[in-house]
Order: sequence, then structure tokens, then C-alpha cells
Amino acid sequence: MLVVENLQLKLNGNSIINGLDLHVGKAEIHGILGENGTGKTTIANLIMGTNSYRPTGGRIIFEGEDISRLSVSQRAKKGITLAWQEPARVEGLTVRDYLALSAKNGQIEQYLLMVGMEPAHYMDRDIDATLSGGERKRIEMASVLAMRPKLAILDEPDSGIDIVALPLLLNGIIEMNRQGSSVLLITHSERVTEIAHRVSILCAGKIISTGAPLETSQWFKNNCLTCPHINEPTQ
Amino acid sequence: MVRYSVEEEYRGMIDAYQKAGGDESVLKSQDTAKLVVHQNKVLANDGIKGLKIDTEETASGVRVNFTIEKGTKIDRPVHLCFGLLPKEGLQEIIMKVDAQENSQVSVVAHCIFPNAVKVIHKMDADINIGANAKFDYKETHYHGEGGGIEVIPRARVRVEKGGVWQSTFALSQGLVGKLDYDFEVFCQEKAVAELVVKAYGRGSDDIKIVEKIHLDGRGARGMAKSRLVLSGKARAEVRGETYGNAPYARGHVDCMELVNGKEAVAVAIPIVSVTDDTAKVTHEAAIGSIDRKQVETLMARGLDENEAVDVIVRGILK
Repeated sequence: MLVVENLQLKLNGNSIINGLDLHVGKAEIHGILGENGTGKTTIANLIMGTNSYRPTGGRIIFEGEDISRLSVSQRAKKGITLAWQEPARVEGLTVRDYLALSAKNGQIEQYLLMVGMEPAHYMDRDIDATLSGGERKRIEMASVLAMRPKLAILDEPDSGIDIVALPLLLNGIIEMNRQGSSVLLITHSERVTEIAHRVSILCAGKIISTGAPLETSQWFKNNCLTCPHINEPTQ
Repeated sequence: MVRYSVEEEYRGMIDAYQKAGGDESVLKSQDTAKLVVHQNKVLANDGIKGLKIDTEETASGVRVNFTIEKGTKIDRPVHLCFGLLPKEGLQEIIMKVDAQENSQVSVVAHCIFPNAVKVIHKMDADINIGANAKFDYKETHYHGEGGGIEVIPRARVRVEKGGVWQSTFALSQGLVGKLDYDFEVFCQEKAVAELVVKAYGRGSDDIKIVEKIHLDGRGARGMAKSRLVLSGKARAEVRGETYGNAPYARGHVDCMELVNGKEAVAVAIPIVSVTDDTAKVTHEAAIGSIDRKQVETLMARGLDENEAVDVIVRGILK
């Protein structure tokens, strides 16, 4: 589904992504676990083509095609989408209209229910500053669910989400995956990666380990959380 | 000049009214008060109990006396439709509004100039909102793509004790042409004024907005808000002025102008002043480009860049 080969990004002379290799299979939930500053959000931007990021080396192959130079819209039309860590707010755009932009069928209420939101309370509200960060985040997730993408990139899906809503959100991701979507789950939380099929550990813009969620999370705990060389992999 | 029969004028106005977002069935309803004016001809004038609309045709437009009698509360919005179908012409509306004490009304005005090449539309309004009366006025313009129109709305509004004046002026369909908007409101004790202007300037549109609120009575409140989006070579100057002249007056000026492209020019001039040490007037003015993250958020759902910008602009001007 998604193959990232030797991906590199230099910004202002600094290497941000450093020869990153990644494979996400069809209908796979693939977690990327990393501490702050390891390049997690940059990977999301590079794969989606947002923030004007274009690789300075390597390739991003989606369903056999190099998409590195495509626009955000072109990538979205191929079935890729992104839920931002801090989603944008758009004055005057209602939740209903926002979800309708993504929805492949008219039943948009169900996507709000899937993230634990009551449609009657939210449908006619604007996705502006009157929503809390957690509400906006869940609406972003509902919008991704409504799109039924081939590949959903979820950047820190749990940030700003309370403990009551988190299980609903994770169930929504599992349900989306059951319906055939691949998911790239970018997070610093081992709890979130429990729903992944495989997890990769990111350090200094490079994948340094990939494996089953439990073992990889344990490795992350044992090695990364206590690492004296954060973001400077020595092996 | 092309001549129109009265039927053609009415049909043409209704067609344009629908294109501007109006609902024809509203104009047919017997329970709805309405006034339809083409150039200087009154094509329909239906008041209802408690509301009198007196008109007088002049050489270049109409005089309108709009009176809501004391204590009258009108449930359904009153519809006004002004316009000019030919490519050239002048329409001057001289309006006097008397919303008597404890009255309440909502007025929806559509101003329609679909074929304008050289058209001037002027409105001079003298408005009095009585004690504890509430008047909500929404004016939406529909212009064609010619841009050959000059719109000059002027209003002086007095709001008596406890009265409320709310107005929204929206011009986002078709080219603006030249807009010279000037509304000034004087608020007495505990009166409220809210002025909102929304416009989408494109091509060579030239927009000048003046919103002035005088908070002259104790506890008076006012907000002057503007939302403009400019592209092409459009230019806009927005002046929002609020004067807190009485104890515990509260006012706010809120101006946001977004520029899409390199040749459009936006200027914001907020002026706030207080002459009483318990009054408070604040302002915020922002000029910038359309937020890239907003655009990319919508593009990531499959919209093209232009579609995404259009959704954002429509949201801002909603």
C-alpha cells in the first residue's frame, strides 16, 4: 500500500528525516512511536504533501506510484488523508458541512457517534474557536472516518482527548481499519499503539526498529525513554 | 435604453431575487410584508397590521416611510427588494424608519443589479429605534460579473433607551464594483448597536467601509464588525470607530481582512475613544492571507485548492 524508501528531508541545512524506510501494508494499522522532536509530524507532512514539504531524497510510493511531487489534493483523491495533531478551525464552516466534504454517503451522523459526539449538539456548530481542542480533534477524526480513506495518517490522535473519549476514538480507528483502511498511527503514546498490527520506532528521522506492538513498546520503554542520546541514534 | 413592462420588471426582479438567494414563495405569501422596487417604480407594497410602508416615486428612485407602530411585534421577516435590471441607471432610495417603542421586527433586504455596467445605487436612511424596540436589518446584494456599479449606502441610526439595532450588510455575489458604505449609530442609555459588514472584493473592486458607533448613554453597548476577503486587484479600506462617551459603556471594533494574491490591498483603521473613566472600548484588527493550514485541511479531504479557498471565503462571509 505505502512504501517509503530512503526518505530524506533537509531544512536550512539540517537533516530532519534521515534515510527513512517504511512499509505499511493493505488494511494494516502501523504505529510510529517516537519522542518529541524525532520527526513524527514531519513524516505525516511529507506523506500528505502538506506544509510545503517535499523530500530532498528518496521516494514515497503509494499503490505502486511515486506520489512525492503530487499536490495535497491529488494525494487525497488517491485515497490518502491526514488528521492533524492540532486541526485547523474554519470560521463559518459547520460540522455538518465539514463532514459532508468527506462523506462518501449521506449518513454523516454515524461518524460523529463513532467518536462519542451527539450529532444534535454538534452538527450546526461552526468548527471555530467555540469548540474545545478535544471536540475539534474528535470532529477531525469523524471527518477522516467519513472519507473512508485507503490510507489515514493520524498524527497524535490521542492528544487533547479525555480518558472517556479515548476508547471511542480508538474503536473508531479499529472500525475504519475493519472496513479496509490502512492507518499510519503516529504517536508518542504506547497505549495508542496497542491497537496497531506493527509498530516502528522513530529516532532522529529514521526508523530504528519495527515489530509487534507489545515487544516494540517494551523496547521503546527500555531504550528510548532512558536514552542519553535522544535523537542521536548510535546504532 | 431597453424598456421593460411592469410584468417584465416584476418577473425580472423576482428571477434575480431568487438568484440572490431569495425565496419567491415568501414574496407571494399574504402573511408577509414586502416592498419591491425596480428603479423608481414600486412593483409591490404589502404592509401588515402594525406596519405601514408609505412610498413615493421620485425621478431617480423612491422615498420610503417605514413605520412599526408602538408595541407591534412582527413574527415573519419583512422583505424588501430593490434593484435595477438595465445596464445603466440611477436608483436613489430615501428611507425613513420609525420603529416605535417596544416594537420588534426583522427586515431582509435584497438589492439586485444583475446586468449593471454603469449603475449607481444610493440609499440614505434616517432611522429611529424607539425605547426597548428591536430592529434587525439584513441587506444582501446580488451584482452581476460586470462590476460597473457604485453602491453608496448611508444610514444615521438613533437607538433610544434599551433599544436594539442590528444590521448586516453582505456583498459577496458578483463583483462589488465600488462600495462606499457609511453607517453611524447613536446609542442612548442601555441601547445596543451591532454593525456587521461582509464583502468579497475581486477584480478591480474598490471598497470603503465606515462603521461608527457613539455610546452616549449609560451602559450602552456596541460592536462594529467587518469581514472582507480581497483577491485580484481589489482594494478595501475599513474604518471602525467606537466612542464610549457615557458611564459603563462597552464597545468593540472587530475587523478582519484577508488578502488572497499579491495585488489586492487591505487597510484597516480602528478608532476607539472613551471620555468616561468607567467606559471601555476595545478593538482587534487583523489583515493577512488565507490560512494555509485551513486550505490544506480541506485539500486533504479531496478539494482542489480553489475549491478549498472558496469554502473558507464563504465561511468567513456567511
